[in-house]
Amino acid sequence: MTSISAKSAVIHASSLCHSYGRGAMRRRVLQGISVDVQPGEVVLLTGPSGCGKTTLLTLIGALRSVQEGELDVLGVPLSGANAGERRRVRERIGMIFQGHNLLRCLTAEQNVQMGADLLTGRSYGARRGIAREWLRAVGLGDHLQKLPHDLSGGQKQRVAIARALAAQPELLLADEPTAALDGRTGREVVELLRRLAREQGCGVLMVTHDPRILDVADRLLEMEDGLMQEVSLLQKTGG
Amino acid sequence: MKWRFWQFRRVPLAWLLLSRQPVRLLIALAGISFAGILMFMQLGFRDGLFDASVTIHRLFKADLVLMSPRSMSSISMSGFPERRLIQSIADDAVESITPVHWNFVLWRNPETRQTRSILALGFEPDDGLFINPMVAEQSHLLRQKGRVLFDELSRPEFGPVAERFNAGDIVETEVAGQRVRVAGLVRLGPSFGADGNLITSRETFRSLLPNTPRGSIELGLVRLMPGSDPELVAKRMQGQLPGDVKVFTKEQFIEFEKDYWRSSTAIGFIFTLGAAMGFVVGCVIVYQILYGDVSDHLPEYATLMAMGYRLGDLLGVVAREGLLLAIIGYVPAYAAGEGLYALIRNSTKLPVSMAPERAFLVFSMVLVMCLGSAMLAMRKLAEADPADIF
Repeated sequence: MTSISAKSAVIHASSLCHSYGRGAMRRRVLQGISVDVQPGEVVLLTGPSGCGKTTLLTLIGALRSVQEGELDVLGVPLSGANAGERRRVRERIGMIFQGHNLLRCLTAEQNVQMGADLLTGRSYGARRGIAREWLRAVGLGDHLQKLPHDLSGGQKQRVAIARALAAQPELLLADEPTAALDGRTGREVVELLRRLAREQGCGVLMVTHDPRILDVADRLLEMEDGLMQEVSLLQKTGG
Repeated sequence: MKWRFWQFRRVPLAWLLLSRQPVRLLIALAGISFAGILMFMQLGFRDGLFDASVTIHRLFKADLVLMSPRSMSSISMSGFPERRLIQSIADDAVESITPVHWNFVLWRNPETRQTRSILALGFEPDDGLFINPMVAEQSHLLRQKGRVLFDELSRPEFGPVAERFNAGDIVETEVAGQRVRVAGLVRLGPSFGADGNLITSRETFRSLLPNTPRGSIELGLVRLMPGSDPELVAKRMQGQLPGDVKVFTKEQFIEFEKDYWRSSTAIGFIFTLGAAMGFVVGCVIVYQILYGDVSDHLPEYATLMAMGYRLGDLLGVVAREGLLLAIIGYVPAYAAGEGLYALIRNSTKLPVSMAPERAFLVFSMVLVMCLGSAMLAMRKLAEADPADIF
């Protein structure tokens, strides 16, 4: 791991702006966001709905092109990057969605292997091995051959985490991973996520509304009306 | 960099998408098989018709065939002066000739007493007529007037002639209003133009069809000396004979007949159109299935794109789905095609069989159908926007 600085940051954004619509309908959702996330850091992002969290997440996830401002993800400048360059960045990012977004036709093992299949230069058997290992790591070693609809909500989200991690990402983006889960399961999932991300040394940026999981964060960011501010952890969790 | 197959092998998503949705797969396979069967049927009928139209033509023992220029096909033969055939002997290359009468007469079914049109061929029993030795062996039986050789492959509507003859009965019936006796059986086969065939002597033929002008025949068979080139002789002979007769090689004679059915009738067009319909129906079904499949899985495809999969990878999945459907759907279509051909052979006695070229043609059409539909369905994939899934 290199020394912690703006250069080695997994996410580096400065004065990032984004708008939707055209002409009179044009609405600015991000009004100059500046943020840095270092490798291995777990950063939670909260804020009321419609404040631009998801937009920020899709920009960092290289799913949208940058309109204004500067955004480097994993050292790659994304402003002006074309679709191919953005796809290559996406290969290095693991994403966990609000709905688990598993492929319904694939077993848990095959779903996770869809992540591992993105790794080049490894045999099919090796990639299947990786998939199994990650499922064991998220505690689903006994459910390899189950289809998503045979799994509970928490199990599905754990499969999604295994899938994201199986591609050996350098950065994990998660959008309300606990939204569909009950409190206890949600907490387990997030703790698992933090532990595994730490072991991999990969940064985590997680959008959440769930106040029960704020204490897993290293840093807490709050967004409102397209602006971001850092919140002291003690203030939120200690109170 | 060393690339190996196993490095490219991935989760077989296309196969899993199909096999884990058995109802959708079944509907797709039923549609593709239906289209394939329709194509097999129509093309089989078409080719069978063309082949069947020349069953008799192929059997003639001849290198050259003389015909009236007014004869358009086996079902509308005109006469030409027999003199022309005799004149052809003047050519050094000619070995022997056979004048042949050709017309349709009404045959009365000896059991039901119903009449039906049958193709009658009249020739001199001592001349060569068919390659088939069955006719030569029995031709002496025709020297007696009122005797015919009956084609046992004729359609059953002509009556149980062969059964009764083989049982030792004397089979007599009425042809063109006159009593004839079946002197023997031959195996020729019906065609689209003629449901059955009978062979008789010229004398009997003329008594059955007394209006046949004297000195006029419908067909002149010419056999050449070994080693002569039929095409060359045909050309030379055509130059020497007047314009009231046309000289064909045997191949040209067969093609002339096939050509009639192919171009001068709507039959070829109808069956080709039928096959095209099958193709279009198949396209629509496969497109619907694949489009529905892509639409249903759009969020999943978007997820894969968010994970870093290329659009090309996903297009490949849809293309492989199309390919798999084509291969899996073709198998039942082929099997059903074989079954249907057997059914057609038994019920219509048409020479329809699973020709390798047709099997390949239909497979190619099924493949084009599935891959083309897959390509159309792929346009839906462009709507998979990974930015929408958060």
